[in-house]
Amino acid sequence: MCTLERRGRVLILTLTGSGEHRLGPDMISSLRSALATARSDPTAGALVVTNEGRFFCNGFDLAWTGKSKAKLMTLVSLAKPVIADLVSLPMPTIAAVTGHVAAAGVMLALAHDYVYMRGDRGVFYCSELDVGLPFPPYFMVLMRSKLTKPGTLRDLALGAKKINAIEGKERGLVDKVFESASDVLPEAVKMAEQLTARNWNGGVYASIRMSMYPDLCRSVGLPQESDEEVEKHFVSRL
Amino acid sequence: MCTLEKRGRVLILTLTGSGEHRLGPDLISSLRSALATARSDPSAAALVTAGEGRFFSNGLDLAWAKNSSEGLSTLVRLVKPLIADLISLPMPTVAAVTGHAAAAGMMIAVAHDYVYMRGDRGVLYMSELDIGLPFPDYFMDLMQAKITDPRTLRDVTLRAKKITGTEAKERGIVDKVCQSASEVVAEAVKMAEELAGRNWDKGVYASIRMSVYPKLCKSLEIPEESDEAVTKHFASRL
Repeated sequence: MCTLERRGRVLILTLTGSGEHRLGPDMISSLRSALATARSDPTAGALVVTNEGRFFCNGFDLAWTGKSKAKLMTLVSLAKPVIADLVSLPMPTIAAVTGHVAAAGVMLALAHDYVYMRGDRGVFYCSELDVGLPFPPYFMVLMRSKLTKPGTLRDLALGAKKINAIEGKERGLVDKVFESASDVLPEAVKMAEQLTARNWNGGVYASIRMSMYPDLCRSVGLPQESDEEVEKHFVSRL
Repeated sequence: MCTLEKRGRVLILTLTGSGEHRLGPDLISSLRSALATARSDPSAAALVTAGEGRFFSNGLDLAWAKNSSEGLSTLVRLVKPLIADLISLPMPTVAAVTGHAAAAGMMIAVAHDYVYMRGDRGVLYMSELDIGLPFPDYFMDLMQAKITDPRTLRDVTLRAKKITGTEAKERGIVDKVCQSASEVVAEAVKMAEELAGRNWDKGVYASIRMSVYPKLCKSLEIPEESDEAVTKHFASRL
């Protein structure tokens, strides 16, 4: 499902195998374990999440859900804490995307601080409107939080547009595009090392990230620090 | 005042006559009737709104307001549900801005999902600062929802800048610029046909649109679906 390896202070989480890395109960559980390990590693400085094969993540495991509404609702519920784990992770996160990103997979990618992607292949695609589904509320909050350039959210969510990496970079979905797929992971690791070398306090990093996205935090059930708590936190560091 | 014609699955709403298409009680009522007809037409799949003559709409009917005891506040109150109609319309909407769109007229234009404009003539202009009026809260929420570039929003609201179609496209307010009034209508209809051809569920479309703009919906008093209701809605479609 996924592996977690260490390169110096950078952790690399790989979605393994040549399949679609769809989010079913096992994959979600595997991801949460890896993220928990990352969280509790005192010397880890940054996380890179990448994929093998042609897909980063193609959405929920619809083979597992079959026609069961209840099962799809279960996956929607189970994926929420994965997003919460990423948004609260006490270190910078980079998605090193070397394949297609669809539906719930879009959420997984966008939940990272940085998105690096190969330029020659792969698209971002929210299939929900084509399939006839509205978005789970926390999906929409996540997209609204991260996609602020004019027209991007409209085209992705309300236009079900397939957006490649190059267009994605112009439109604020992707931070950096690489012509060669084999450059994506090394460059993401290099960026992760640079961020690690800043020696930021992980707790402060997470606190700042969460304060950037209060609606998202609320939406994925992350307890929000009150203004008083943030101030105390702030004061205690002076 | 306005006409509604059907071309295949596309409805074309036209603000008729060579005048300024200023929004007074009659035109507002006429537009709301047309939108109600659009809403209840099961085979209509997209809406294009265009203007005849040199103006798309030059704003509220200030002459009517001056002669009426309730005045401007009445018109501001009457336009709100008109904008709400557009934001909740169960089909994609394309504004074909064929002439000047000022103040409330610009609000009508940007309340559409896609905004096409002619580049050879006409400006988008929020005149309020020049006239000495603050913005109704729902105008500001609409602008914040649709004009996401901070400097553009500043220029529109705090500088009362007159923005041509070409500049509006560069700045993310307009999606496409055309070279004449007839071309902008033709291109808007073509886009509407493409969108109609996606065969999206109309209720889901409206639901997704409203979830993209929750603050605006609240401001327009469009009843907000709670997270539970959206989740149920999502579940019911599986």
